[in-house]
Amino acid sequence: MTEANNHYDAIVIGGGPAGLTAGIYLSRAKVSTLILNEGTVGGQMVLTHEIANYPGVESISGYQLGNIMKKQALSFGCDIKSNITIKNIKLEGDVKEIELSDGTVFTSKIVIITPGGRSRTLGVQGEDNLKGRGISYCATCDGDFFTDKEIVVVGGGNSALEEAVSLTKYASKITIIHQFDHFQAFEHAIEEARNNPKISFLMESTITAFYGEEKVESIDIKNLKSGDISNLKTDGAFIFIGYIPNTEFLKGKVELNQWGEIVVKNDMSTNVDGVYAAGDSITKRFRQVTTAVGDGTIAALASSAYLNELKKKMEK
Amino acid sequence: MLYTNLKHIESATDHAKAISENENVMVICGRMGPMCIPVYGIAEEIEKEYNHIKFFDMEFDNPEAHVIRNIPEVRGFMGIPFTIYYKNGKVAKATSSIQTKEQITSILNKEFGTPIKG
Repeated sequence: MTEANNHYDAIVIGGGPAGLTAGIYLSRAKVSTLILNEGTVGGQMVLTHEIANYPGVESISGYQLGNIMKKQALSFGCDIKSNITIKNIKLEGDVKEIELSDGTVFTSKIVIITPGGRSRTLGVQGEDNLKGRGISYCATCDGDFFTDKEIVVVGGGNSALEEAVSLTKYASKITIIHQFDHFQAFEHAIEEARNNPKISFLMESTITAFYGEEKVESIDIKNLKSGDISNLKTDGAFIFIGYIPNTEFLKGKVELNQWGEIVVKNDMSTNVDGVYAAGDSITKRFRQVTTAVGDGTIAALASSAYLNELKKKMEK
Repeated sequence: MLYTNLKHIESATDHAKAISENENVMVICGRMGPMCIPVYGIAEEIEKEYNHIKFFDMEFDNPEAHVIRNIPEVRGFMGIPFTIYYKNGKVAKATSSIQTKEQITSILNKEFGTPIKG
C-alpha cells in the first residue's frame, strides 16, 4: 500500500486499540495507511493481564488482543512501524509531515493521533536510579519482593488505595503518602484501606527524594502545609499517581486542554483540518479498550469522508 | 508460559547452552505483566536489526530461573523483568524493571557493538 516517497493517504500516530482500529478500518477501505508507534504495538492494552469485558470475547489477555488487532491491520495492507521516535510534526495544510529521529520523513493527507498515556512519575531525586531497586509502579508485578518489608504507597486515587490493600499480603507495614488532605478514591476503597491495620496515612505530604546504594533505604518527605522535610527509613515505594497523556509533542500543533488532553469534536476531528484524534489522549471521561476502539472507528470513518472531499476538491 | 515471539529458555541447561554457544546474549526474565511486556516487545522489534545478538526470555517463576534470580549482579533488584546481558558467557550488564528502547539499545551498542547496516 506504500506510495512513492513515503507518502500515504493516512498516518496514524500510536498503535494502541484506537490506532489499530483506525488502521484496520482505513486499510480495509483501501486508504493507504501507516501506523507510527513509539512503544510496543497494543499500547496500554498489552499491559492488562486479562480482559473479560470486551464484547464477543469471553476472556483474553491484552497482549493477545493487541496482537490480533495488529494482525488484522497488517492483513488489510496497513504498514506499521514500531518503537520509533517522532522528531518533528507539521499538521497544517493539505500535506502533513512527520519526521522521525532517524531523519525519515513521512507525509500524508490526513493524520489520526492516538498516542495514549503513561504512568505519571514523581520526577524527584533518586527515582530513576532506584527504579526496580525498591521503586515500583506495579503491585502485581513486584509485590512479592516486599514480603515482610516496610514500604510506602504514593497516591490518593482508586489505584493507590486498592493496590495498597493488595500489598498488605506481602508487606508488614504500609504508609500511604498523599498530597491532599482527602482522597480522590471511591468511598469503599478508602474504607477498606482505613480498616486495614497494616496501613497508616501521611496526608498533605509528598516525597522529595529517594536514597539508597543498591536499593531504596530512605526517603525525604515534605509536609506541604508546614514545608518541613523529614527522612523516613523504608524498604520501598509504590507510586500510583495517575496517568498523563502522551501529547507533549503536540503542544502548539493542535488544541489541548489544561491537562494536555486533545480537544476533539463528536467526529473526533481536532481544530486542525485533516487531523483527528482518538483513544486515551483525548478529552473524555471513560478510558477503556472498548471506548478506544469506538473512537478509532469514528476517527477512521470521519477522516475517510474528509479524504474523499479533499480528493474531489483537488480534482477540480 | 511466556507467550512472546522470542526464543524461550525453559531450563538451567538451556540457559547454559544459550550463553555458551553465543557470544552476545540478552535474556529477559519476567512474567506477562505491565513492566515486562514492553521489554519483550522491544527485543522482538530489534531482533532482526541486532542480528549479532541472540535474544531470549525466561519465565521468572520457573524454578530453573534460579540461574538468573541468584546471580550476584541482581542483588538489590526488586522489580521484574531482570534483564541480563551476557558476553562470552559472562554477565556484562544487568537491569531491573521496565526499560525504554533507548536504554536497551544503549546497553546493546556499548556491550556488543552497534549493528552493521546494509
